[in-house]
Amino acid sequence: MSVALLEIRNLEVRFAMRHVTLVALRDVSFAINRGERLGIVGESGAGKSVAAFSILNLISKPGYISAGEILFEGRDLTKLGPQEMRKIRGNRISMIFQDPMMTLNPVLTVGTQLTECLHAHRELSEPEAREIAMERLAQVHIPSPEARFDQYPHELSGGMRQRIVIATALLTNPWLIIADEPTTALDVTIQAEIMDLLLELCESQNVALILITHDLGVVSQVTERAIVMYAGRVVEEAPTREIVRAAKHPYTQGLIGALPQQTESRRRLKQIRGVMPALTEIPPGCAFHPRCPYVLDVCRVQLPGYSIKNGARVACHMVAAQMQTEAKESES
Amino acid sequence: MLAFLIRRLVQAALVMFVISIIAFSIQDNLGDPLRELLGQSVSEKQRQILRDKMGLNDPFLIQYGRFLKKAIHGDLGTSYFFKRPAVDVILDKLPATLELVFGASLIIIVFSVPIGVFAAIYPKHWFSKFSMGASIVGISIPVFLTAILSIYVFSVEFGWLPSFGRGETVDFFGWRTGFLTRDGLVHLILPCIALSSIMLPLFIRLIRSEMMEVLESEYVKFAWAKGLQPRRIWFLHALKNTLLPVITVGGVQIGTLIAFTILTETVFQWPGMGFLFLEAVNRVDTPLIIAYLIVVGLIFVITNTIVDLIYGLVNPTVRLTRPQE
Repeated sequence: MSVALLEIRNLEVRFAMRHVTLVALRDVSFAINRGERLGIVGESGAGKSVAAFSILNLISKPGYISAGEILFEGRDLTKLGPQEMRKIRGNRISMIFQDPMMTLNPVLTVGTQLTECLHAHRELSEPEAREIAMERLAQVHIPSPEARFDQYPHELSGGMRQRIVIATALLTNPWLIIADEPTTALDVTIQAEIMDLLLELCESQNVALILITHDLGVVSQVTERAIVMYAGRVVEEAPTREIVRAAKHPYTQGLIGALPQQTESRRRLKQIRGVMPALTEIPPGCAFHPRCPYVLDVCRVQLPGYSIKNGARVACHMVAAQMQTEAKESES
Repeated sequence: MLAFLIRRLVQAALVMFVISIIAFSIQDNLGDPLRELLGQSVSEKQRQILRDKMGLNDPFLIQYGRFLKKAIHGDLGTSYFFKRPAVDVILDKLPATLELVFGASLIIIVFSVPIGVFAAIYPKHWFSKFSMGASIVGISIPVFLTAILSIYVFSVEFGWLPSFGRGETVDFFGWRTGFLTRDGLVHLILPCIALSSIMLPLFIRLIRSEMMEVLESEYVKFAWAKGLQPRRIWFLHALKNTLLPVITVGGVQIGTLIAFTILTETVFQWPGMGFLFLEAVNRVDTPLIIAYLIVVGLIFVITNTIVDLIYGLVNPTVRLTRPQE
């Protein structure tokens, strides 16, 4: 069995507030192989971004990793010192942020912000760094990179800025790119362009991608596998095709039902009743039970374990029960 | 750049015009200059003759017109007390005040930036908590109290530092400076500390809060995600953005610092413009008072223009020139 590029085991992230400690992520496990593209889906507040930032140990205070392992190329990132961690960030694992308007420093030129990343990780002269940066700018289809190099972020459009952020992420030939809602802040027309670009670059350079989004449509176009998160927990993991076609968890089904369909016009969008609970008031048992249309008695008291079948896993009592009956039927 | 400068110069001229009206119009409200000029024995008739001769009985606009005409040629009137051109009297005292302001600004810049940055990066460190507490105390105590207290402690009790005057000064291309002699420098210490005692804590707090905000920004997070050295993130990415608002506030505050010199110079018997101004007010030396207000206004306008220029150079989103495309 090949060793995964990144493997997260039983990750738990807490936020130490003044009076209480909130658990933002509980028992999160997933893995990604080299060159694979994984989607992390969920509503706002599900813990997607916390999971992404915890990989690079960049959770904003007062959050901290309280349990679990993050194995990258066999090394546990949670045990690395600040300098060792710094050498991984932006070098082996890069990140792309949500809002390109906010991601680039307004008082530094595009060129400075590109080359500084190279200088931080490689022994390079200024012209060498400039050359690599130019190459990457061309790769992300930026017209006349020479001119852009000495410009400031405010002189560029949002789409252009996100291309520059992507170019920055690619500078050091990383093995993994974590993209946190990379297209949410962009125009719809630009969204598709940026997503295509990201997909094209990951495929051509065999870079693994963790794509965090609440847009199941984007996930189905780009990723091979997806995990669905709810209230800080992974509730379902499966190949993307299966998630879109035959989601098992009631929450995932709800998300897919809420997607607008072009074929059935004039139909009211289905929605999941209620809202995701805040971290302070996560209900006992299955966190989704107050909103679940199929809620069973056991859901209110007992946290569902994972039912695993054909490389997919679901945390749902109902699905577990169904699988059991199916198994019995096939036996008899 | 040139267009910007010209626009600023026009603005500056306008501001100076307004200042001159205000300065000139208060002269009637200060008291009778003749009371100081003449003895008790001079009769009312003679007083009126002198008033007519000095033009004090003319309507305000005529007086102001006469003043403005001379002012354009650099003549702001003759001091009643010194019997010399008011501008000359003030320019004699200008170096002393500017050196005081310069020394205080130096203290403010040298201490506020490192302390503010440190307190922003390590808000829970004991030193950060201490400097935040101390800065509240510093802001709350008025300048003259700090001045008197420092004289009591360092001059009276310990006898380490001189308590008044400029000490030994030397002539440096027509500029009497205390920066070039040991005695002059020693005399500068207490007044500069007293003068900076309000602005320094203010700037520490300003830099700290601006920096803390910047450290939470997405671009600083992205800089961390790029794996940059912490030093580069703090002192380039964050500090440059922190200083933009600080520069704006700083420009205005330098002007305010000149205003504060009146108190500091009085306590330390510092032979500067502020001390001179207070004396002039006591003597109802109106030409000197007007000249002081106009010179200080001019310094205000000049520093603000320079600060705007610096701001334009530091902040790329402000373009001093029109876009070239």
